[in-house]
Amino acid sequence: MILYLLVGLGILACAILSISARRLLISAIWLALTSALVAVMIYLLGAPHIAVIELSVGAGLVTVLFVFAINIAGEDTSRLKSIIPTPVAIFAVVLAVVLGLVLILRANVSVALTAPLPENSAILWQSRYVDLLLQVVLIFAGVLGVIGLLAEKVKPHREEETE
Amino acid sequence: MNLPLPLIVLITIFCLAGVGLYCLLITRNLIKVVIALQLMVKGAVLAFILAGNLTGQMNTAQTLALTVIVADTIVAVVGLALAVQIRLRTGSLDVKSLSSLKR
Repeated sequence: MILYLLVGLGILACAILSISARRLLISAIWLALTSALVAVMIYLLGAPHIAVIELSVGAGLVTVLFVFAINIAGEDTSRLKSIIPTPVAIFAVVLAVVLGLVLILRANVSVALTAPLPENSAILWQSRYVDLLLQVVLIFAGVLGVIGLLAEKVKPHREEETE
Repeated sequence: MNLPLPLIVLITIFCLAGVGLYCLLITRNLIKVVIALQLMVKGAVLAFILAGNLTGQMNTAQTLALTVIVADTIVAVVGLALAVQIRLRTGSLDVKSLSSLKR
């Protein structure tokens, strides 16, 4: 229990530091640490495959993308005043979290297992076939996104003058 | 105090989602918006794994979590690409600078 508590507190601390950091690069590094701790918690819950994927994708690939994007876009350290007042935002978030917790804890979820569960790969390739197709489409969209990330600066559109 | 393990993880999930939601509401920086989305999705992945653990259907939970992680990564890529292009065109990462039709 102590381990779960420590990892949970670590996740929350890193997440809060990630959103409160002034520099975007520091935010990205705290996000990577959050991702690593989430991977530890996933491993503790008994899902080692997803823990490895979360660690490599969440803490590795996404962090590299963030650093890359921040390098191109540049640091924007100016603190902009938020559109929503802070007390309203805090109230909305606390309300959402408390309502979510209450709804989950009051729900009586019972699951009846009828058949032995197939292996990971069998579920992925047979039961969740549509998910795989979706992933292929998403990865294609991601490739287009990377092209957008690497594209040259385009001059702003200017209407042609009529003669 | 002896908290049950699922409750600890559940509180972590909701607090993680709450932190992400707060950042989403409060920030005007486009890259911070992507960071907030990442935090919320991490909470969702953790929720899938917890549900799989509690119901004994860990394999299904892992496959669903895999799909969510792929989708989350693509959202980050596309969001960052948009942020970079907006920065190059408008010179700012401010969300408000996008409302060019409103004068």
